[in-house]
Amino acid sequence: MSTEIEKILEECGRNQKELIHILHRVQAEYAHISPQAISRISKHLNISESEIYGVLTFYRAFSLKPRGKHLVTVCTGTACHVRGAPMIVDELKRELNVGVGNTTEDNLFTLEAVNCLGACALGPIVVIDGEYHGQMKISEVDRLLEKFDPEKEKKAKK
Amino acid sequence: MKKGLTLEKFEEARAEILRDREIQKTGITICLGTGCHAYKCLEVSQAFKDETERQNLLDVVEVRTTGCHGFCERGPIVVIQPKGIFYQRVQPNDVKEIISKTIKNNEIVDRLLYVDPKTEEKIVYEKEVPFYKKQERIIFGNNGFLDPTDIIDYIALGGYEALSKVLFEMTAEEVISEVKESGLRGRGGAGFITGSKWEICRDVSSDTKYIICNADEGDPGAYMDRSLLEGNPHSVIEGMIIGAYAIGALDGYIYVRKEYPLAVKNVMIALDQARKLGLLGESILGSEFHFDIHVVQGAGAFVSGEETSLMASIEGRRAFPRQRPPFPAQKGLWGKPTNINNVETWANIPYIIKNGAEWYSSIGTRKSKGTKIFSLVGKINNTGLVEVPMGITLREIIYDIGGGIKNNKKYKAVQTGGPSGGCIPAEMLDLPIDFETLTKAGSIMGSGGMIVMDEDTCMVDVARYFLDFTQDESCGKCVPCRMGNLQMVEILTRITEGKGEEGDIERLEDLAKTVKEGSLCGLGQTAPNPVLTSIRYFRDEYEAHIKRKSCPALVCKNLIAYYIEPEKCVGCLLCLKNCPSEAISGERKEVHVIEQDLCIKCGACFDVCPPKVLAVSKLTGKKKEKILKRRK
Repeated sequence: MSTEIEKILEECGRNQKELIHILHRVQAEYAHISPQAISRISKHLNISESEIYGVLTFYRAFSLKPRGKHLVTVCTGTACHVRGAPMIVDELKRELNVGVGNTTEDNLFTLEAVNCLGACALGPIVVIDGEYHGQMKISEVDRLLEKFDPEKEKKAKK
Repeated sequence: MKKGLTLEKFEEARAEILRDREIQKTGITICLGTGCHAYKCLEVSQAFKDETERQNLLDVVEVRTTGCHGFCERGPIVVIQPKGIFYQRVQPNDVKEIISKTIKNNEIVDRLLYVDPKTEEKIVYEKEVPFYKKQERIIFGNNGFLDPTDIIDYIALGGYEALSKVLFEMTAEEVISEVKESGLRGRGGAGFITGSKWEICRDVSSDTKYIICNADEGDPGAYMDRSLLEGNPHSVIEGMIIGAYAIGALDGYIYVRKEYPLAVKNVMIALDQARKLGLLGESILGSEFHFDIHVVQGAGAFVSGEETSLMASIEGRRAFPRQRPPFPAQKGLWGKPTNINNVETWANIPYIIKNGAEWYSSIGTRKSKGTKIFSLVGKINNTGLVEVPMGITLREIIYDIGGGIKNNKKYKAVQTGGPSGGCIPAEMLDLPIDFETLTKAGSIMGSGGMIVMDEDTCMVDVARYFLDFTQDESCGKCVPCRMGNLQMVEILTRITEGKGEEGDIERLEDLAKTVKEGSLCGLGQTAPNPVLTSIRYFRDEYEAHIKRKSCPALVCKNLIAYYIEPEKCVGCLLCLKNCPSEAISGERKEVHVIEQDLCIKCGACFDVCPPKVLAVSKLTGKKKEKILKRRK
């Protein structure tokens, strides 16, 4: 891992204002921020590891644990809420058997909720790996997930 | 150092651009806003590009991808210019027909036209679509004409004219007094007079000053700032340069939410292009004025939209708000005087300078001038962004522009101002909207989200939703917000679960007062608004939940039961097959029955029961008890 992180740090200054930017880039590169990364950033910016830990756990964009292969984001904005998003969230939780913010045991899916995607005309919305699925229905959730799960898809075809 | 264009050279360049544009080409403009993106407009625009090339039409036709047109409900949207022929829900396989009929033969493709649901009339031109008719699109209007990634488009439409006027014809004081006289008030929520805010910051003496554009549009259901940044970033940048000149700032920051990647991308491109032309950086347009703008990406914390938190976040720290005074104008970013305005406020500035304070103040009401962009979402027919003059009534927005409530349901309330705002009931539909009237109604203007709710929306559930949101987003620094909101969520959750007690409403009101008065920043001070307004206007719903254990809107899971009406059920097995908990029993062509003890109330049966049958219903309160008892 060290080469990529060194490259990121090299491109960023040593001022504290770079911290969030650095965290964004490390998160994008490794899908999480590891203890080693924290320690390396701490040396680079000359701020304590505890402070970096404080910042990264404050913001939703960063995670300490790696995310799953597919990121399932469900919009829980107000417009989606009044159009039934809570039931979609429940259904996703049930289908994936994980809570919001967690990753399935097989590391295939991470389920996340987002406050608003600003695509309110399509609500309720589920985004999988950046692709929008609008006007979701409870009964469509399992079929949508099947597409991303090789084993389930096989079963469904049978 | 390489310098950009001087004013003279810039004006020459503009004249040349305008000459080029005189050769009228037919323009095919395709909306590329986030809403249309989700409808896969990229495939449509690619199809247009391929087809025009294939048919050798490149000399007479220009395919242009633009920012958000606002009418997200009907995406992907294609407008044929200069006539303004409006096609909606366009798919890649419609492209050939549009080219062969409309572009080559001036014929209209009937099936792609918008149909007015009221008159059932087909409408050809964009400006005649009822959604656009009552709008006054000053700030938002150019979105549909320009490619946000091309500065030339913006310049051709008169862009950066206001900047050259300011730099070479006006003193900083004159700029401030013009903005003050226009009556422009901050569009971020609080509605402070923008010119006065600038003046305060200008009057503080300091070697360094900063300006910030707050693009951390966190209110769920509001997305006008994103659409502006995505669709017309130069208008925001131009506004900021003018503001920096007036205030005397050398550096500016745009703080954008991380959920808005396209906005970040387009702003970066725009800044780069502006720098190359000498509109940013050293000696702007050859003047003595230096200024540059940096982009900072947020990291997903709602509280960072609050100005002091936002500054902490730019500095690379946790987004904690702090006590004011000192106000940012005195001690802001890195302790230096700082002026913060939101995206829409900045975007207003070039228009005010170009057309004058008098023109601007002729729009709107006595105390609220100009236009406001609202995002009209929820249970409304025409979801989208609408720009209207201040003083328009809610009824006009919801029924004339918005086309009324979805599925002919009954209007219940509109929620304005996001988690800091409140609900406005049907009795107040004729309320003219401005900063004062909304505050008086218990809500706020806020950032301009308007979430329409119908009879199927439970107001207690909505209040719980908002409180749950603010409680989750509370940074935890001050006790009233951290603990008070949590207590309120607990009470509200209890009520929606049917465990409400006598006295809960009063407890909520009491807590709300404490949180409002005791919280450190705007987040906590306004968090109780959704609870207070829903109690004020919909007390009966709270009482139904508490006293009768019934949810009149049939939303709260613990208070409802799904039930198959035997006289309607045709025995099609659909609900049975879709039930995840195997709670439904029955045979083909026989009445199905839900075993209530097994039912997890996921709603799948309600969802799949065919529209012609509609045998699954939701029950609550006494009716629920009665029917379920009878079944046993």
